[in-house]
Amino acid sequence: MSVATQTAAATVTATLSGRSRDRNVASLVFLGALWFSLFFGVMVLVALIIDTAITGSPRFDLNLLTQYESTIRKDETGFRAGILGSLWLMGVTALMAIPLGIAAAIYLEEFASKTSRFNRVVEINLQNLAAVPSIIYGMLAVAIMGLLGYNYKGIVLGGAMALALLILPVIVITTREALRAVPDEIRQGSYALGATVWQTTWRNTLPSAVPGIATGTILGLSRAIGEAAPLLILGLATVRFDPTGVESKVTALPMQIYNLSSAPQLDFQVAASAAIIVLLVMILGMNALAIFIRNKFQRSW
Amino acid sequence: MAHNATTASPPPGAGLPASRPDLSRRPRPGEMVIKAVLILSAGASVLITFGIIAAVIEPALHFFEEVPFGQFFATEDIGSREYRPAVLPLIVGTALTTVIALALAVPLGLGAAMYLSEYASPRARKWLKPTVELLAGVPSVVYGFFALFFVTPVVLQGWLNLEVNFTNAWAAGLVLGVMIIPTVASLSEDALSAVPMSLRQGSYAMGANRMQTTLRVVLPAALSGVAAAIVLGLSRAVGETMIVTMAGGAVKNMSVDPSEPHMTMTAFIAITAQGENPVGSVSYNMLFAVGLLLFIITFIINAISIAFVRRFRQAY
Repeated sequence: MSVATQTAAATVTATLSGRSRDRNVASLVFLGALWFSLFFGVMVLVALIIDTAITGSPRFDLNLLTQYESTIRKDETGFRAGILGSLWLMGVTALMAIPLGIAAAIYLEEFASKTSRFNRVVEINLQNLAAVPSIIYGMLAVAIMGLLGYNYKGIVLGGAMALALLILPVIVITTREALRAVPDEIRQGSYALGATVWQTTWRNTLPSAVPGIATGTILGLSRAIGEAAPLLILGLATVRFDPTGVESKVTALPMQIYNLSSAPQLDFQVAASAAIIVLLVMILGMNALAIFIRNKFQRSW
Repeated sequence: MAHNATTASPPPGAGLPASRPDLSRRPRPGEMVIKAVLILSAGASVLITFGIIAAVIEPALHFFEEVPFGQFFATEDIGSREYRPAVLPLIVGTALTTVIALALAVPLGLGAAMYLSEYASPRARKWLKPTVELLAGVPSVVYGFFALFFVTPVVLQGWLNLEVNFTNAWAAGLVLGVMIIPTVASLSEDALSAVPMSLRQGSYAMGANRMQTTLRVVLPAALSGVAAAIVLGLSRAVGETMIVTMAGGAVKNMSVDPSEPHMTMTAFIAITAQGENPVGSVSYNMLFAVGLLLFIITFIINAISIAFVRRFRQAY
């Protein structure tokens, strides 16, 4: 291609996209404002991480992970109970929310008629539930635990129930998107060989959708692990022992951070800052895992 | 196999060997059970909604049996000293922090969305969009800590030299705004990207540049989707708890001065829930009365958002 044709092609592209008229003051100011909008949030995030890391830096030691909360030796207080509690809560939440969420999504995508009244009601309901404040889910969990006959609600079962209710809509919505991305030809091929709807779903559609479902589920769980508001309603108290089962009293890492942030002693603020970095590492790790699964295993059809 | 009544019809199933029954008609009890389980799972989400309503309404009704509406919707606490029933100051607090949050998040979120949709190359967008969405992954307790120990002392009192209280609505509202930027940006970007290319090309052909095209053609065409994004951000801001509990303060305040502490509805619920309130007491039931009000407010906001999304889907 000669230089002249190249220049001509570039001019045509520039004219067609309006770029040739971009170089006046107003346009440049506008573009600058858009850049600022895009990077403002990122700048805040960087400031947050740097400030917290600097405040918490004296406490990046093993005691932070292995010790229980201590009011006597404030410079050695640790988050063992919170970290183990958060892992327990996440595990039980996953057991409750993932099977239920995936089953609901399979019914809505593969079995229900797209125009049925039931399907429409469930769909609007899910959109609505996804935007219900998290603290309200805490109230629902309080009521359910009351019905189950528990007087003290700050146990693994109660916390996990609140978190499972909270992330259920997220899991249903992302699983439905993953199932919808599987092309119809795959289902039709299976039907043509005589498979039933369930056989098709179980052996063809679901395995193809696993990467998408895994990504959405991990993102949902990463939201659950950072949540404190519903646990506050359930009254999770400070504990100084490891959780042993679903009826064990428990605390969570965000709850410990919240409690220490209102303590006046500087040692506790430093410890809370260090714990925030631990929490962020856990959440960023889960997000990275989700992105890795999406990039590595997701097929584009 | 079409049966003809006038000719001697073959016995049913004559064309098939007796050893091979018609599989499509075979009863499959296992699959019926599976289907029933799936239907129940899908129905569970509806059950959750009714569960929320029942869980919140029952104690709230007990509250209103003892406390008249006039004391609940009052500007200051009157009546018994055991409980403090006035809810209007909490609504003022919620409104104030929400307005500050939206004043920050709407321009910034929309700006980010316009850049991603109209200016960024597909490769840049692939990286930039998840980066912006990362802001939504930060736990709210972390944002609350940041508002309390960085935004108030360093930014507001230090850099801007403002006379603000230790807890105040500025810090809570601004950090709340940062938290909802991704909500506004992500949904707005979807709406802007859905505007057909022909509209932009028409605008360029008339001699408009990219700024004019973005502001006068693409943005108006995507308006209902952008509105849905803003309304959803509003709903997030109203329902967010930890930031306003930690940084917004625990004082019922009818003034609209953001440098003072303001307790919001969610902060009231969180703070009261931590106190010693025996189950069934008036102060315990008041939690649920405020929760009911919060649920109704967010429900209405969400319904508006869903209606906007409907319109935006119908447009193209």
